[in-house]
Amino acid sequence: MSSNATKDHPQLAAIFNRDEPRVDWHDETLWWVRAKRDIAAHKLPEWELLRETASQIKNNVLSNLSTYLEQFEANAINNGIIVHWAATAEEHNKIIYTLLEKRGISRMVKSKSMLTEECHLNEYLLKQGIDVIDSDLGERIVQLAGEPPSHIVLPCIHKKKEEIGDIFHEHLGSAKGESDPKILTETARQHLREVFLTRRAALTGVNFAIAETGEFVICTNEGNADMGAHLAEIHIASMGIEKIIPERKHLGVFLRLLTRSATGQPITTYSSHFSKPQDGKEIHIVIVDNGRSIQLGREDFRNSLKCIRCGACMNTCPVYRKSGGHSYHTAVAGPIGSILAPNLDMEKYADLPFASTLCGSCSNVCPVKIDIHDQLYKWRQVIVKAGYTPKAKTLAMKGMAFTLSSPMIYRAAGKMGRFTFKYAPFAVNNGANPWYKHREMPKAPEQSFGEWYAKRKENKK
Amino acid sequence: MSSRENILAAVKANQFSQADLPCLEVLSTLTATNDNLVEKYKTIGSAGGSFIYEVADYAAIQNILHKEFKPSVKIISGIKEMNEYTYVADVKHELSHSFADVELCILWSGLGVAENGALWLTEEDMTVRVLPFIAQHLAVVISKTNLVPTMAQAYEKIGNATYGYGAFISGPSKTADIEQSLVIGAHGPRSLSVFILP
Amino acid sequence: MKVALFVPCYVDQFYPQAAIATLELLEKLGCEVHYPKNQTCCGQPMANSGYEHLTGGCNNLFIDNFAGYDYIVCPSGSCTLHIKEHLHSHENEDKASEIRKRVFELTEFLVDILQVKSLEASFPYKVGMHQSCHGLRGLRISQMTELVAPPFSKPAQLLGMVKGLELVPLSRADDCCGFGGTFCVVEEAVSSKMGKDRVDDHIEHGAQYITSADLSCLMHLEGILRRQNSEVKVIHVAEILNHSI
Repeated sequence: MSSNATKDHPQLAAIFNRDEPRVDWHDETLWWVRAKRDIAAHKLPEWELLRETASQIKNNVLSNLSTYLEQFEANAINNGIIVHWAATAEEHNKIIYTLLEKRGISRMVKSKSMLTEECHLNEYLLKQGIDVIDSDLGERIVQLAGEPPSHIVLPCIHKKKEEIGDIFHEHLGSAKGESDPKILTETARQHLREVFLTRRAALTGVNFAIAETGEFVICTNEGNADMGAHLAEIHIASMGIEKIIPERKHLGVFLRLLTRSATGQPITTYSSHFSKPQDGKEIHIVIVDNGRSIQLGREDFRNSLKCIRCGACMNTCPVYRKSGGHSYHTAVAGPIGSILAPNLDMEKYADLPFASTLCGSCSNVCPVKIDIHDQLYKWRQVIVKAGYTPKAKTLAMKGMAFTLSSPMIYRAAGKMGRFTFKYAPFAVNNGANPWYKHREMPKAPEQSFGEWYAKRKENKK
Repeated sequence: MSSRENILAAVKANQFSQADLPCLEVLSTLTATNDNLVEKYKTIGSAGGSFIYEVADYAAIQNILHKEFKPSVKIISGIKEMNEYTYVADVKHELSHSFADVELCILWSGLGVAENGALWLTEEDMTVRVLPFIAQHLAVVISKTNLVPTMAQAYEKIGNATYGYGAFISGPSKTADIEQSLVIGAHGPRSLSVFILP
Repeated sequence: MKVALFVPCYVDQFYPQAAIATLELLEKLGCEVHYPKNQTCCGQPMANSGYEHLTGGCNNLFIDNFAGYDYIVCPSGSCTLHIKEHLHSHENEDKASEIRKRVFELTEFLVDILQVKSLEASFPYKVGMHQSCHGLRGLRISQMTELVAPPFSKPAQLLGMVKGLELVPLSRADDCCGFGGTFCVVEEAVSSKMGKDRVDDHIEHGAQYITSADLSCLMHLEGILRRQNSEVKVIHVAEILNHSI
């Protein structure tokens, strides 16, 4: 992590690409998930209408968010849920710590929540002496490895089973060299069952919060959110303000889209609706802003708040597939992460909107139709204007713009090869040129089209 | 100002002009095809890892369960008709943790979804929330008259019912977190058997 | 029909044969083609790098060169898309907006406007068709594999009219080649890996030529093919459609 903080996406991606067979493996695995998504989507003739409907519901949410938040809060309180509000990540973390500390709880089990990753909750609680165990298998694996998740739905997609076997051998006592996913999963089951049965507090994320009813929905395949929440005295659910949907019936749109987009499953194994606490137990919801209301005010970027965290844009993104989630050095990687992160810290994440070819596949798979690749383009403009790009690049661009604005200079430069040498991406034919490392330069023709055309015109006269 | 007020004020200041909610009717109509719901449910449910049986009555269910489970294991049932097992209402006051050794839990569902194999169970159907998760194996009984085509119809049927907790359960607990290879039996039940009554 | 030929800067400088083929093809099909000689570049290299604010000069020059034509045709999906989406001018917004409506990528012009039904072309080779992302997802000249919608492909439809040509199937019909303008040098590692993988897909399926409606992708793939000393060649779709034996 600490070394990642000083390296940008191109550097981290280059490191990832030193092991080409591993890149191929990573790329193939994620492409397979994309292919499963395609098969699931093509089974529904109404797929594009579903996406459009989901997108419109989310537009409505974002245009009435304050009303829906208040409605959700009132209904949740009415249901016996305790509601907290956190303006920042720090406040979110403090609220959770206070809830635990008041009850003398020093150990907590947590199911998947990208928001707590964004807030760096685990690190914070650890400093306060609270032990947190992630119960989603993928998250438990990266937690034991001391790494952040590399994908929002498939947290350890970058790890090979042999590496996971080594981690489990070291931490959970599985046999040395054991790498069978079945046996490793069983090892985790036994280990985490003990955790579920002994933790008094459970934290979960929130997939959808329904304004109309004050209930919230959590989707898992493993059942880990339910095991934690139902066995604990106190269930804390962390949600971003954008998780609201207006009515319960809208789940009939989103639950049809979420897993088909994510993994190609028709639905997760469990879609759990929490409305009221169990007798004698408590449910707390922490509603978190942490920059979201600012993003809501950015007209070009507010649509990013429609995201339902399916990860489809990552699976389809050729850059993500071939650079790995950690190269994005942010909690949410991939295309969606690259449009969310600059809102939080434009300077730190200035590289991310450029980690894309703007191929547009992300926008096409997005179940809520976020214009992801257009937002990447727009962030580039904002970041350049804010001055977060290298000076040399700005100079080169200015030179290029000058050359291309004048037909005479362009023609002269082209003729003398100067244009090519100076501004074309594949600049100079030597080892220092990034183009030349893996690619030959185009062959220079004897004459440009413009020159050919002028001669043809002469001959015709 | 409190964080609540700050957040709400910031959201209010930054949210944009009215965007209407879309009409869901077209989607509901498009997907409301009631042919072969049982067959569709069986195909999708099996693909999701469930064992699905069409049965005539409770006796047929018990016959199947007798083959799969020894009488010595702890079995809890939420269905009155299957009275050879511990009835869930009789043990509901026990601590949730005490169900950790339940081998099989049998529950009733009043709503099943053909497009994804999901079964809707409310807290009332479960009696104890943790039961369908903590048991090693889960069996759910449903009448075929309670199957609907898609989630659109499922939520129409749920309507504005009140419940403390409810879940769609579509199969055994599973994970594919290790190299995308599917493993059944993550933290919840290692199997889901669905019995479809007439 | 007064057609202006828009030849992108890198095509002018490196691939004049593609521009010549485009010109000849359009003339064969009865168009009166003009080549405004003071044209340079659409401005995309700056804009995609975040410097759209530096493209004013390019934009005004483009308008000076291309205003007043019935159609503007370009043998590059990417440059066409840039003009369609980003050509603006403080001084001449009316003309800019008119041009945005009248600019076409070559294959969409042939299919949608000229409604070409047959071609006198022959190209007896196995050809892999690379979908450029901007032509595909920007201009929608083919159906995209992500969408649940009926398939079609304007370039494939035209290639289907070429005698002897066999289109080879690909494992990934529309994955990006990784060129991406300055992306190809800024993200050198990922870019060249993407290019290598695209090339492999075509080679594995027996392509002798890789074609596309976009030369920027082909320039990238050619750089990789030549580094590998491959026999496989790249060729712009216009060159095939204009090819006769």
